[in-house]
Amino acid sequence: MASYSTNEFRPGLKVLLEGDPCVMMEAEFVKPGKGQAFTRVKFRNLITGRVWERTLRSGESMEAADVVERDLDYLYTDGDLWYFMTTDDNYDQVAADSAAIGDAKDFLAEQARCQITFWNDNPISVTPPNFVNLAVTQTDPGVRGDTAQGGTKPATLDTGAVINVPLFIEIGDVLRVDTRTGEYVSRSKQ
Amino acid sequence: MSEAWRPTAAIETLLKRAEFLDRTRAFFHNRNIVEVQTSTLDRFGSTDVAIENVEVADHGVLQSSPEYQMKRLLAAGMPSCFQICPAFRKGEVGRWHNTEFTMLEWYELDVTLDDLMATVAALADNLIGPQPVVTKTVFELLQDSFDIDPHRPDEKLCLEVASAEGLQGARDLHDAIDFLVGSALAKLGSERVFLTEYPSYQAALAKTNQHDDVEVALRFELVINGLEIANGYDELRDAFEFRRRCNSDNVRRAQLGLPPKSIDTNFEAAMAHGLPECCGVAVGLDRLFALAMDKTALRDVMAFAARGE
Repeated sequence: MASYSTNEFRPGLKVLLEGDPCVMMEAEFVKPGKGQAFTRVKFRNLITGRVWERTLRSGESMEAADVVERDLDYLYTDGDLWYFMTTDDNYDQVAADSAAIGDAKDFLAEQARCQITFWNDNPISVTPPNFVNLAVTQTDPGVRGDTAQGGTKPATLDTGAVINVPLFIEIGDVLRVDTRTGEYVSRSKQ
Repeated sequence: MSEAWRPTAAIETLLKRAEFLDRTRAFFHNRNIVEVQTSTLDRFGSTDVAIENVEVADHGVLQSSPEYQMKRLLAAGMPSCFQICPAFRKGEVGRWHNTEFTMLEWYELDVTLDDLMATVAALADNLIGPQPVVTKTVFELLQDSFDIDPHRPDEKLCLEVASAEGLQGARDLHDAIDFLVGSALAKLGSERVFLTEYPSYQAALAKTNQHDDVEVALRFELVINGLEIANGYDELRDAFEFRRRCNSDNVRRAQLGLPPKSIDTNFEAAMAHGLPECCGVAVGLDRLFALAMDKTALRDVMAFAARGE
């Protein structure tokens, strides 16, 4: 596998750090006037999402990570694995495990186009679209007339996720949800 | 059409920069410090292990600072003097670095290092507004942050502490100390700090002195927002010691696989002739102007900073 030297470091570069694939968020050249040059790097671990900081002596290098991102459509889950289909004409299926799915499992709507990150051809993370439409499977009946107060109540979605919704929402309603915050946006016209 | 022809700084910033340049010159004129100009191109470069000169085929090197030539002027009888000039350091490009940058350097005869520090603080007050400067020794900085004594360093311990702080690829004590000092300074936030009493192995061209049983370099740096702004010395006057330090630079260069550098024999001869007692300081003027204008990168205050990144 190729490697990158400190003078090639830039945001977006994918490298291996302590065996894990990471993406560089920032890379800054630092050097005392009368001293050794370094590159200060902020990485995001692509598996855990954690941010790591390291400083490398100038001239050091890091091994490149074979990481690619592809768009796939979500199909279904059997409870252990989540299945996606490629969007080209091959209709290949890809299965992601719960570690790769992470919190995305709460917001996977059928046929939603997701971005999947592959490391050495294995899916390691799934990013759903920013907004998805999900149906309410359980919520207490709202009290009429309370809408003006802007009160909220919990509602369970068909993925199993529980979010706060306005009081007028009923079982069977389809909601537009922001997957980045897990917040209710509106009642879908669907 | 590509937009790459455009200046990296806004025109209004460059107009403000012109005002700051005027104020800087007035600051020195008011102190009877005369402006000089030396050559950017010279036969010799620096032996400093951490500085690579930009070489010009068949002509010599672009100066990494006007230090040697300005001290040759002093040895020949020039009174206290200042210079604002381009300086060049190969391979130094980043948010706060540019291969070519503007250096303000000045020398004052018959002053103490404390006097010079007071003048540096006054210049910072003048350009970016008044704020007190805290003085810390390198020992205090590293002792407080990492429980390390930079004057009697344990190389293995320093490398371990640096590694735990996130340094990768350190080769020796110098790497570890440079990294730890930068790391500790970054934690001081927006304070203005004079860092003083450098370990003798970081004396560069400063005199050294015995202080509480350890040899310390009579050198200071002004650090603002974790950024090195100025580097000043009580200037070394001993030509033999100059040669000894150049030779030890070249030994370390060999250890690191770097080519040896010729010793500036003109400068050496000037020292042998007699450099007057003086203190001198170099200021990264682009950085100071950036702080004065609340900018966060050199490219925002330089007309044509290197692109890239």
